[in-house]
Amino acid sequence: MSKDIRIRKGLNINLVGAAEQTTAKAVLSNVYAINLEDFHGITPKMLVKQGVEVKAGEALFFNKSNPEMLFVSPVSGELVEIERGARRKILSVKILADKTQAVVEHGAFDAAKATSSQIKAHLLKTGCWPFIKQRPYDIIANPDTNPKSIFISGYTTAPLAANSDYVLQGKEKELQAAITALGKLTPGAVHVSVGANSNSPLSGLSGLELHKVSGPHPAGLVGTQINKIDPINKGEVVWTVSPQDLVLIGELLLTGKFNADRIVALAGSSVKTPKYFITKIGAEIATFLYGSGVNNDNFRVINGDVLTGSKSRPDGHLGYYNNTVTAIPEGDDYELFGWALPVFNKVSTTRALTFSWLNPKKKYDLNTNTNGEHRAFVVTGQYEEVFPMDIFPMQLLKACMIKDLDEMEQLGLYEVAPEDFALTEFICISKQPHQKIIREGLDLLYKEIG
Amino acid sequence: MSDKRLTFKKRLHILKHHYRDKKMAPAFNAIHTFLFSPDDTTHSGAHVRGADDLKRTMNMVIMALIPVLLFSMFNAGYQYYAAIDVANNVSREFSLWESFLTWDNFWIGIIKVLPLVVVSYGVGLLVEFIFAIIKGHEVEEGYLVTGMLVPLIVPIDTPLWMLAVAVVFGVVIGKEVFGGTGMNILNPALTIRAFLFFAYPTWMSGDKVWVYQAVERTGTPDAISGETVLGALAQNHLAELNYSISDMFFGFIPGSVGETSTFLILLGGLFLIYTKIASWRIMVSAVIGSLVMGYIFNMVVDLGVISEASNFYGLMSFEYWKHLLVGGLAFGIVYMATDPVTGSQTNKGKWIYGFFIGFMSVMIRVFNPAYPEGVFLAILLMNVFAPTIDHYVVKANINKRLKRFKNATILPKDSDSRAEELKAETI
Repeated sequence: MSKDIRIRKGLNINLVGAAEQTTAKAVLSNVYAINLEDFHGITPKMLVKQGVEVKAGEALFFNKSNPEMLFVSPVSGELVEIERGARRKILSVKILADKTQAVVEHGAFDAAKATSSQIKAHLLKTGCWPFIKQRPYDIIANPDTNPKSIFISGYTTAPLAANSDYVLQGKEKELQAAITALGKLTPGAVHVSVGANSNSPLSGLSGLELHKVSGPHPAGLVGTQINKIDPINKGEVVWTVSPQDLVLIGELLLTGKFNADRIVALAGSSVKTPKYFITKIGAEIATFLYGSGVNNDNFRVINGDVLTGSKSRPDGHLGYYNNTVTAIPEGDDYELFGWALPVFNKVSTTRALTFSWLNPKKKYDLNTNTNGEHRAFVVTGQYEEVFPMDIFPMQLLKACMIKDLDEMEQLGLYEVAPEDFALTEFICISKQPHQKIIREGLDLLYKEIG
Repeated sequence: MSDKRLTFKKRLHILKHHYRDKKMAPAFNAIHTFLFSPDDTTHSGAHVRGADDLKRTMNMVIMALIPVLLFSMFNAGYQYYAAIDVANNVSREFSLWESFLTWDNFWIGIIKVLPLVVVSYGVGLLVEFIFAIIKGHEVEEGYLVTGMLVPLIVPIDTPLWMLAVAVVFGVVIGKEVFGGTGMNILNPALTIRAFLFFAYPTWMSGDKVWVYQAVERTGTPDAISGETVLGALAQNHLAELNYSISDMFFGFIPGSVGETSTFLILLGGLFLIYTKIASWRIMVSAVIGSLVMGYIFNMVVDLGVISEASNFYGLMSFEYWKHLLVGGLAFGIVYMATDPVTGSQTNKGKWIYGFFIGFMSVMIRVFNPAYPEGVFLAILLMNVFAPTIDHYVVKANINKRLKRFKNATILPKDSDSRAEELKAETI
């Protein structure tokens, strides 16, 4: 069954440097790292000590509040460093990869014949559980909850992000296995969305409810789709999985091996030949960044897309959930009368001597400059133009800022994740940190209520 | 880029670091960011940002006000010489180039209007800078628009010291005590106007203050009239009204400095709507509101409920659409009702907010015996009600969510019974 969702409010930010649809093999990385910041709200407890050999798929640490939830190594090798920060908080775990890879064998698992608790136990044991996230709170799903439905977005609208249709090609078997397993975990439906005119491998699968989505960004964000298909009420939980992680889950179920391979889009105007690379979770970004050539030295490497990714460095490592790495120029320069002169080379939703409305197809080379200073909220009605959910964005942000729990709840904080506010943050005239405000609001609500 | 400019940029950059964490930092930064948009890069959230900032937004409003300001400078002189002509019983043929856009007229503008602008900006920005330095926050751009609006909404003969006092009051009590730009409840420009009106009523109303020197000449043989269209209507001086509709539309009438030209205000309004800076919802609904109220009054007159002798006859019988051509209604709707901080913040709320501004303006205009203009009081009144309007609009969204919540069947936590159930299904 297919239902169409058309999103009208939004904004496509067309940037220079989209990845060409060819895939190259990245140079093998010596060191792989698991960055703990990727797992928001998880306090890790180490299972292996420094200097110990681990296999690919072997548990490195577990979640302190749920010891069954294991986090596994993407490769086999020696655990060379546990990087710690203030108060001995673990920042990252680094593994020096072996020349020949040894993998933990779990054996094939037929989800169709298993119960939901068996599936959960298997995913937790094999390290696949962290790929399942939940809303509210945008954290790794709590295995003890009973999600009313599971959402997977196969439609890509974020600027320069890896195209799901392309990276999922030929993975029908793995996707089907994962969707069958997920279908057992919820009494509701597994909602899968694809682009309206896409040839996504997801559209041919069974055991799911297919939605055809069209419209500008954030139509491809799973939060937008949840809001349109089956909005979250207080007390309800919805799980979300990104499609490239489905492939990994599916392969584990079919072969019994944790295969951390990932097709990554290397994009952005600072990259000379942006294209796709096949590499592994945790690989050093330099292993595929410099191979494609960079345009100058003053650029920023982003783990993820330009709207929601995290700041990294060439010697940083591919994030656990990412399949996009973007490199764009840093904007650390002044601009004479930048506030008064007409603007042709930047994106804007207004026409205040900004001319991006003249040619909506034009591609822009944006840098990391804020284009203005932080101010109080002044202008109204602008966020609503790019925010398709049935939520008042500014009122919700203000509720989060004043830490009014009742209002946060009533205005729909349960339904959103920080990424849903990336676009309002992009256009914000007052340059307020929307995603940070929402993240802090969610954390507070989780602490006090969740 | 020339070497010289590079060094200037560099020098300012070094100075910025020198001033960092010092008391004077906000003052330096305000001037620095006026010259150069800053080199700040994104630290959290989205790595790229849109082109607009608050300076650019405010600048658009100022640009929309420039034609009005220029017109008002010519009109200051034109009204002065026209009033003298009337006093001397001279009648002249009107010609745009020969009797309006003349150096003589503009000179009156330079000596009367320009000082108002200078005092408004000088005093207002000084207060803003002082508060920024004391409170250690950046100088926000809100006053850039307020400072331009204030000289345009006062009578031309307003003494400069009076304006300075009012600006200090308006910025401190109207804005800074609430926390500065973005936090105020009342429109600061209108707070200043209201302060002037209630503190110095003789300078703000009557039939003498609207034309240069009309007050000074009172009682002398050279006396001239400065009566506005609304003033005449309120006094039922219908016979004295010899302004044509085009005079009213293009603005060749007496009134507050910048309010007269509905034509230029209309262009400014279209510019603000086109650039997406001001809310078209507020403007459209305010126009509708004023037309509705005006039409109701016209109906009352048509039904013969009030006689020609009534105090209200002049204004009530004034054709409903002409209300938009005289007085400050158009100016208020386009430039002041649309202030996003003090106006309604939700799109639905903007319709209601705008409608009542138009509606109340015309109502106050007709029924206020002391002063036949209501737009500034109507906007201030609706400023106070805007949060209430928004509260109910947002409440509707909250109720919708609550209703959805009540109709939803919340699943139990994954219990054993649930696992058994699933097991039964699979076998």
